[in-house]
Amino acid sequence: MTDTDTGARRAARADLCAGGAFVALGGAFAIGALTYDLGTALRMGPGYVPLTLGCALAALGALVLGHGVLVALGHRTVEQESLAPEDEAGPVPWHRGGLLVAAVVVFGFTVDGLGIGVAIFVAAFLAALAGHRNSALKALVVAAGLTVLCLVVFVALLQLRLPLLGEWLGG
Amino acid sequence: MDLSGIALGLETALQPENILICLLGVTLGTAVGVLPGIGPTATVALLLPITFSFDPIASLIMLAGIYYGAQYGGSTTAILINLPGESSSAVTALDGHQMAKQGRAGPALATAAIGSFVAGTVATVLVAVFAPQLVSVALEFGSAEYFSLVVLGLIVSISLASGSTVKALAMIVLGLLLGTVGQDLFGVGTPRFTFGVRELYGGIDFVSIAVGLFGLAEIMRNLEHRHRSGSLMTKKIEGLWLSRDDARRITWPVLRGTALGSVLGVLPGGGHVLASFTSYSMEKRLSKHPEKFGKGAIEGVAGPESANNAAAQTSFIPLLSLGLPTHPVMALLIGAFIIQGIQPGPNVINTDPELFWGLIASFWIGNLMLVVLNLPLIGLWVKLISVPYDVLFPAIIAFACVGTYSIGLNPWDIFMIAIIGVLGYALIRWRCEPVPLLFGFVLAPILEDNLRRAMIISRGDPSTFVTRPLSGVLLGLAAVVLVLSVLPAIRRKRETVFTEDE
Repeated sequence: MTDTDTGARRAARADLCAGGAFVALGGAFAIGALTYDLGTALRMGPGYVPLTLGCALAALGALVLGHGVLVALGHRTVEQESLAPEDEAGPVPWHRGGLLVAAVVVFGFTVDGLGIGVAIFVAAFLAALAGHRNSALKALVVAAGLTVLCLVVFVALLQLRLPLLGEWLGG
Repeated sequence: MDLSGIALGLETALQPENILICLLGVTLGTAVGVLPGIGPTATVALLLPITFSFDPIASLIMLAGIYYGAQYGGSTTAILINLPGESSSAVTALDGHQMAKQGRAGPALATAAIGSFVAGTVATVLVAVFAPQLVSVALEFGSAEYFSLVVLGLIVSISLASGSTVKALAMIVLGLLLGTVGQDLFGVGTPRFTFGVRELYGGIDFVSIAVGLFGLAEIMRNLEHRHRSGSLMTKKIEGLWLSRDDARRITWPVLRGTALGSVLGVLPGGGHVLASFTSYSMEKRLSKHPEKFGKGAIEGVAGPESANNAAAQTSFIPLLSLGLPTHPVMALLIGAFIIQGIQPGPNVINTDPELFWGLIASFWIGNLMLVVLNLPLIGLWVKLISVPYDVLFPAIIAFACVGTYSIGLNPWDIFMIAIIGVLGYALIRWRCEPVPLLFGFVLAPILEDNLRRAMIISRGDPSTFVTRPLSGVLLGLAAVVLVLSVLPAIRRKRETVFTEDE
């Protein structure tokens, strides 16, 4: 029985979080849309469609939230599929996920300044550190290999015009 | 059938550089597609930026090639190590991997290749016949009809997906909202939701969305669990040829799978998934030895593989004639069309006939290449399958960053990958499906422009959408589909379709 209980609790939490996110995002878009000209139904301004969609998203989010509350209170049984074992999510990989996001963001910040080569190396190194079996040394090796591979593919073979040396380095 | 069109297509597709491009696409697609855990959608998303350096025809031929290659690569991985990249090849893994365990990986791979080729050939002819006919219907469409068609497409796409209908609807609306970011080009160009960032005036690049959802978010999900690393291969592959008995056993399953997949592929959403699942259960029911299914029955590979590939092919019909994606990869292709300056839809056949027919002809050539290329190169694919995940995912990140950056040299496209990736990961964890968001994002401009245009034409009267007959029928259909997909009885049935034989 405990399996079903935890399954229901997890399903309820998923609904509450998703519903909350939809309400927040829909609300944000709707409020943002109010700052633009709404126009009329005949000549819709730039704010008309986003306002409608934002309200729709918030309403759908409220439905999802409501469903989550019902499940949490035990008024509603969970659909069979949400208890399926393959749906089993592990713990959130905060540390590893953070490294991945950092890799992408650092790439975005450094690519213009330091050039494509350095940016790839740093991004690949940070990403490789997120691996379950990668040590810092192994991550360095992986990063070096990937940098060479990307340079060969994108610069040498595809001849894309990418900044090799960034503007911070006088490139 | 319009033979001059086919002739033009063959002429275009058979130009040496286009054959080369198609070959390159198929090879790259297979190479990335065999990597464990990377499905066709992720493969196409990752390789998209590479194709943008070519001219429109070459780049779309290459993308189509990447798509088939990725499909076939995914089946190879499913058969050899039981790690299907997406749900449609999960069915192939059922019996394919059992065959591999029994040392019959060769015949299983050959069956997948031959089944795909037969299905691809038949479905290509269907595309050539039906796409132009649908075009002539679509050319009658006004803005109201287009709006209603897009609504119908979006609704149908969620009715086939598994999981909560309300959540899927919300994901579509979120996708539509993300699609409104950037300058309002229908009006006077007011920048919307750009927070004063000039780099966002052009909107969010759809490559950032695709790579964020199917690259970054997917990797974060995979990192929740420890991954097996090192080689997962157990047996050597030998004897790629089918015995006469095998050939006899696969003939009918291949043909039935082809017919089934061709029809279901046109349905928006999960047509290809539905096709392979339905084909599997059909073959099991028709078989004299249903007990052998799941234990290495070659029919269980032949049917679903053909169905899947036929569906992959016929999903080009609504794309080429209506500009409507019925498959996540088709949504990516719409983005690719637009980046090349071509608005996908009924006008393509008239404004770019070489592109339209060349693409169709290259489907068949690409399918032929798959057979010719893949069986001899199987040793290479096996090596790629053994790449450990700890090396693979940093490579995906690096490729995604460089590829996306190379499109517009815009660092904001990169930041968007991070934002969409985190948002996507959270939403997937909260049991929302990412694909409806992609559909909504891609179709947002078409939906908004046609809505606004239709309202101007009707002088602000919203009843135009129901009083114009064709538009009314389309919206009515959408309403029926929506109601049906919410009804509990249908929902239960739908779940069994998706969970059966898993």
